[in-house]
Amino acid sequence: MSVTVHLPTVLRSHAGGAKDVTADGATVGEVLQSLAAEYPGLSGQVINGDGSLHKFVNVYVNDDDVRYLSSLDTPVTDTDEVSILPAVAGGATDISGSRPA
Amino acid sequence: MLRITEAVHHQMVAHCLAGLPDEACGLLGGNLETGDVVTCYPARNVAVSAKLYEVDPKDYLRADRDAEAAGNSIIGVFHSHTHTDAYPSPTDVAQAPDPTWHYVLVSLRDIRPVVRSYRIVDGVITEEPVTVSSQYNPK
Repeated sequence: MSVTVHLPTVLRSHAGGAKDVTADGATVGEVLQSLAAEYPGLSGQVINGDGSLHKFVNVYVNDDDVRYLSSLDTPVTDTDEVSILPAVAGGATDISGSRPA
Repeated sequence: MLRITEAVHHQMVAHCLAGLPDEACGLLGGNLETGDVVTCYPARNVAVSAKLYEVDPKDYLRADRDAEAAGNSIIGVFHSHTHTDAYPSPTDVAQAPDPTWHYVLVSLRDIRPVVRSYRIVDGVITEEPVTVSSQYNPK
């Protein structure tokens, strides 16, 4: 499957400034791996070394957060759009780095 | 420098006040190059806390699509501090997602809300002036 991947502004510099790129895969995980293979600057930004989804990144297939589907095993088809968005968080309290799973 | 319209300013402050006693948050859409904000996207704080915020990712997805459909981008985030100053906390700095964004803090510590804006790049906080205009042409 060849899907469109929409990148957030913070990752576009790794893909030559592109907002939308194409990547191949039958699942979200495969699409993200293929994206990192094509744009090495993206590896480690979305998927961790152990193959899990980075906790400060949200991935959507169309309108659904993959964490509510099958995470990286979520299947994708040619008409799907995968969107990558960073977590936007903070707050007055110093809790440096923790985020509920 | 950040330029916002009165409408954006009012929507942002109103959303923060309405969020009390918790922190409120939202995204700002506009022109990344000029720092002109044309749209305020109030968002749900999924942390539902007086000390922490997290923009509902679904709200970010919608805001991002809306901004891009209008030829703009999401260029920043605003959130409130209910009892502390309008200054980025260590958590705000550690979790700042994008070095090109504007980070707006709304302090509700005193009876009059205080709005200040910052750039956060590589852990360095730099304040920038905020101009509120009655209207301007961002294009």
